[in-house]
Amino acid sequence: MPFFLLFCMLSSMDTNIFSLVTDSFWKILKPGLLMTIPLTLLSFFFSLIIATFTALVQYRKVPVLRKAARFYIWVVRGTPLLVQLFVVFYGLPSLGILIDPFPAAVLVFSINEGAYSAETIRAAMESVPMGQLEAGECIGLSWFQTMRRVILPQALRTAFPPLFNSLICMVKDTSLAANITVTEMFMQTQRIVARTYEPLVLYLEVGFIYLMFCTILTKVQAYGEKRLERKGFKREAA
Amino acid sequence: MVLEAKGIEKSFGSARILKGIDISLEKGDVVAVLGRSGSGKTTLLRCLDFLEKADKGTLFFDGISHDLSTITRREIRDIRLKTGFVFQNYNLFSNMTALENVMEGLVTARGWDRRKAEKKAMEELEKVGMAEWKDHYPIQLSGGQQQRTAIARALATEPEVIFFDEPTSALDPELTGEVLGVMKDLANEGMTMLVVTHEMGFARKVASRVVFMEEGRIVEEGESEAFFSSPREERTREFLKSIMSPLS
Repeated sequence: MPFFLLFCMLSSMDTNIFSLVTDSFWKILKPGLLMTIPLTLLSFFFSLIIATFTALVQYRKVPVLRKAARFYIWVVRGTPLLVQLFVVFYGLPSLGILIDPFPAAVLVFSINEGAYSAETIRAAMESVPMGQLEAGECIGLSWFQTMRRVILPQALRTAFPPLFNSLICMVKDTSLAANITVTEMFMQTQRIVARTYEPLVLYLEVGFIYLMFCTILTKVQAYGEKRLERKGFKREAA
Repeated sequence: MVLEAKGIEKSFGSARILKGIDISLEKGDVVAVLGRSGSGKTTLLRCLDFLEKADKGTLFFDGISHDLSTITRREIRDIRLKTGFVFQNYNLFSNMTALENVMEGLVTARGWDRRKAEKKAMEELEKVGMAEWKDHYPIQLSGGQQQRTAIARALATEPEVIFFDEPTSALDPELTGEVLGVMKDLANEGMTMLVVTHEMGFARKVASRVVFMEEGRIVEEGESEAFFSSPREERTREFLKSIMSPLS
């Protein structure tokens, strides 16, 4: 609603703005669908693999890997995402490692998000009562089977909302990929602004599209939580 | 001989919890382990199923002798595939229905075909009177129902022995009765059971033998009827007196 009012306000200011918005809408949305979304989904997928592995290593207290996991989390959480993007895309070529913009972005976002989600997943795993692990092992499940069948599914219930938080953050953070020449929504908008000199309207427009993406994700989260609740996790008074 | 443990010792830090325990179970034995809180009876049970790692001791099980301080993960898993454990607080997998809980050990751990496992699981649920609750999640079940399901889960894998760790301590008297009833049926069917319990009625009427522990040692053991009617040790008599009439 506020957007609609703003939209009307702007439209009444100048009728050209209306056509500017309608003309540019698809031009901005297109890289959103073709770049922002694939970049987010791919990165999030890989980050979950990294995070699960990192969390498992810590949960099991594997001697050396556990230290490595802490180091990884320490470095990644302690440095800006933008710096990480620059190191990989502009820095590594001087070591002879050239990575195309899109894969470079996927790589950095996966590694970056992996560190945060690893902590989310580890905390969720640790919140599963010890007895669940003991029961799994007592009926003859191996440690990995117990993780896969018992601990991780239960941890997912706890980790689900914060992981979705991360996913939503990532949608917006992909705009940083513009800095390493990935033509995603934000870069596309910048280009149109450079031609039309209408920064306010266009940046509001792209912000609106990000908001729409995140709105959809919020709905998906609500649906997902409902599904998980049906799976024996309904919160009732004990 | 189903199981024979010798010289089990266990310390937590500087606290010596088990000071050399010998215990053995013949096929069909129902042994009740009694003792005050802190006597080490639960720790003993947990050492026998490797939920705690014993510092010392040997375990003879299924024809093989194992040194408890050096036993490998592989050996532990082999033993666990042939034993069952019932916990004080049930520990049913909360992400699975009653039926899935019972099937899990068959399908995932033992690679059974799902249909065969479901049939077997239903038989066990039937036996503990939980068949009509098969699609309920643990959170939807009462404590007694959860514990009966947990017993079905332990039974399904056809273990050679089932360890019970105070199976009724978290239940109110009514529900205790339904769980003890199931355990009595098992005993009558010839299941080998080692039961840590505070239920004197169960120890006296159902158990074939009783082991009384104090301060990490076995003080007295014997046929259950004789244990209750004519205990040999002074400490046993004191314990029984305090249990039978706690207010005097």
